Amino acid sequence: MRFMIIVKATAESEKKGALPDPQLMADMSKFNEELIKAGVVLAMDGLQPSCNGARVKFSGKSRTVVDGPFTETKELVAGFWIWQLKSIAEAIEWVKRCPNPHHGESEIEIRQVFEMEDFAPLLSEEEIQYKVSRRAELPNQTSNI
Amino acid sequence: MAATDHHCTIEAVWRIEFARVIASLTRFTRDVGLAEDLAQEAFLAALEQWPQSGVPDNPGAWLTATGKRRAIDLFRHNAVARCKHEELARELDVLEQASPDLDAELDNAISDDLLRLVFIACHPVLPADSRVALTLRLLGGLTTEEVARAFLTPEPTIAQRIVRAKRTLADKRIPFEVPCGPELVIRLSSVLEVIYLIFNEGYSATSGADLMRPSLCEDALRLGRILAELMITESEVHGLVALMEIQASRTRARVTATGEAVLLLEQNRSQWDQLLIRRGLLAIQRAHRINAGRGTYLLQAEIAACHACAHTPADTDWHRIVALYTELAQVHPSPVIELNRAVAVSMADGPEAGLALVDSLTGEPSLARYHLLPSVRADLLCKLGRQSEARVEFERAAAITRNTRERDFFLARAASFEISTASLQER
Repeated sequence: MRFMIIVKATAESEKKGALPDPQLMADMSKFNEELIKAGVVLAMDGLQPSCNGARVKFSGKSRTVVDGPFTETKELVAGFWIWQLKSIAEAIEWVKRCPNPHHGESEIEIRQVFEMEDFAPLLSEEEIQYKVSRRAELPNQTSNI
Repeated sequence: MAATDHHCTIEAVWRIEFARVIASLTRFTRDVGLAEDLAQEAFLAALEQWPQSGVPDNPGAWLTATGKRRAIDLFRHNAVARCKHEELARELDVLEQASPDLDAELDNAISDDLLRLVFIACHPVLPADSRVALTLRLLGGLTTEEVARAFLTPEPTIAQRIVRAKRTLADKRIPFEVPCGPELVIRLSSVLEVIYLIFNEGYSATSGADLMRPSLCEDALRLGRILAELMITESEVHGLVALMEIQASRTRARVTATGEAVLLLEQNRSQWDQLLIRRGLLAIQRAHRINAGRGTYLLQAEIAACHACAHTPADTDWHRIVALYTELAQVHPSPVIELNRAVAVSMADGPEAGLALVDSLTGEPSLARYHLLPSVRADLLCKLGRQSEARVEFERAAAITRNTRERDFFLARAASFEISTASLQER
């Protein structure tokens, strides 16, 4: 199963032009190395402060663009990983080993990603029949199915 | 914290650490079976002690040290092994007095041990099914019950397989080492074969009823990714990782909700996992940076990548796929690869060219019972308008296949020609 590991922002990380502290970066890259060696990481990235971002608000059919920065700092995302693991307990254990991503107080959130088997059958019987009938028109594929 | 929470935490720590703990203990005792027993004991000790003392700062080191202490106790009580014990005690002293720059050193030592563990679990002296079971047990961290469920095999059979494998390794005094020179090539191919077998066991399971089997794909991918970091200069390791990533990217698209397989060209490409495709392409790039000839895994990965990069089936670069199959057939001559190449040729240069290649394979004894040979031939004949010949070939394919769904499909296609011939006659 996959998890999105979300590093929350802080006032410091939200400052305009803010770059991560070199020491924090070094600690974090050591941790990343461990994750990669353990075959756990699928993806990761850090995000720029929200002043470089924007939001699109939806209301029925109307769309309103709101430019950053956004105020609810602690709820903003500063970075993320996608990990593939056996259980949320394992994800928690890895997160506990993560260096504090900011100076002082900070928070990392763990969320499970939906997998195919979380959804009810995606194809109707009709769609399946269609696919089967179409197969007759397609060339044989002996590999790479 | 409740007892069950503690148990969960310790189990999670265990999953993260076990392979490295077993690897270190194997080097210490030179016995995989004993190392695993000791690691289990260390785990039990953790279950007993950690709820009170809390999880130590470096749980992996704690588990390894606990296992080593048990080993020394064991050897102390065993006169036969006394010499060994003295030697080990000395080693432990040296280890404990190791230089203060130990973090990096220790890390490297553990990585080396882990790699040795991979090679011993996949040693060709063991039958393939034992290698698979032992690898999943020692490196994948699966319990015997989980391995049994994944392979739809009774648990005692798997348990016995693992016990016997460990005994064989001990009896034959298989050294705990990473082979070098020409031996490395043979041994590495056994390691890659084991990982790919695990992957395919999960990949070929089309039913979603038991989630254990598809999760074998994840286990194999994780093993592959770990190996890629341990052996960064081996292009075939990256090739295998790339192949698995790209194949896994199609998981969502390749089976219908009712378990019906969807052929590659019919798959809904928007369901392909772009993250895994990107990882696969990156792994191919890593392999290319190593100056070595392309091996079978890398070539297969590149063929898979050709499909992964085509937005629609019509965008597929069939000429490139033909070239890759040609190279693959040279590296690994096989009639099945030739048949695949023939299909690619028919897509690149038309059915006539493909059929000429398929016809050259009809005398191949190893393909005599291979249902895809007549079915490919039937398809090409059909495209060339040679319907009565196509019908015979579909019937032949139906007679050979063991899969009832496939048989029905071939028979239906054979029957469709009868109808169209009949309607022609009416006119």
